[in-house]
Amino acid sequence: MLNTYLTPEMVRLQIDVKDWEAAVRAAGNLLVDAGYVSPNYIEAMINAVHEMGPYMVLAPGLALAHARPEDGVLKMGISLVTLAKPVNFGSEANDPVNLVIAFGGTDHESHLGLLVTLASFLEDESRRKELASVKTYQELDQLIKAQ
Amino acid sequence: MKNLRIMAVCGFGLGSSMILRLKIDEVLKKHGIKAETFCSDVTTAPGEKFDVVFTSKEIKDIFKKVSQPVIVIDNFLSIPEIEEKGLPILKELANQG
Repeated sequence: MLNTYLTPEMVRLQIDVKDWEAAVRAAGNLLVDAGYVSPNYIEAMINAVHEMGPYMVLAPGLALAHARPEDGVLKMGISLVTLAKPVNFGSEANDPVNLVIAFGGTDHESHLGLLVTLASFLEDESRRKELASVKTYQELDQLIKAQ
Repeated sequence: MKNLRIMAVCGFGLGSSMILRLKIDEVLKKHGIKAETFCSDVTTAPGEKFDVVFTSKEIKDIFKKVSQPVIVIDNFLSIPEIEEKGLPILKELANQG
């Protein structure tokens, strides 16, 4: 289940950030601090948005920030930050964003299961809204378990 | 019926496009369309062999010169959007040849 990856130290809820870069940094720092990626992975995630546009904003309100395995992934992991005030990534279709997931995958095959779980958890818009509004890890954990 | 090759494309071909591919697979299964789905990245995608491509608005311009249908999806998690934009084309392609 998702909470095996989204442990308390991989989640920060209702944080204040000034822009999308700070939001990606906050999510990326959780991965760095837990030893999942090296610090340059954060820059690679940010550069990807600068270079290729905000396509990582997958759905209304939701960004899945990531770069390539060779950009500094040490082991597969994800982190989640939710934003007290949403930020714009420049996505015509899906701004503003209040859920930012940072994802580090090691290879195409091994992270498939995690993405399947993530996609089925997040596809429901009302669940995304609930997720954006949780205040404590316990509430998040309950939301995950209720899936 | 020929075996369709459906490509999902994002910047690196492994995160966003993988999620899109999973949702396309769900749509194919739901509607009984047999096809092969795969992911690609912005660099290699235009040279891949495919019958139809799904991608995002930000990336679609790399396919300006290809003749195959390009389907732009706003919400990669939305089965209804993939059905609405993709199904007519997928059904047509699946019935050819």
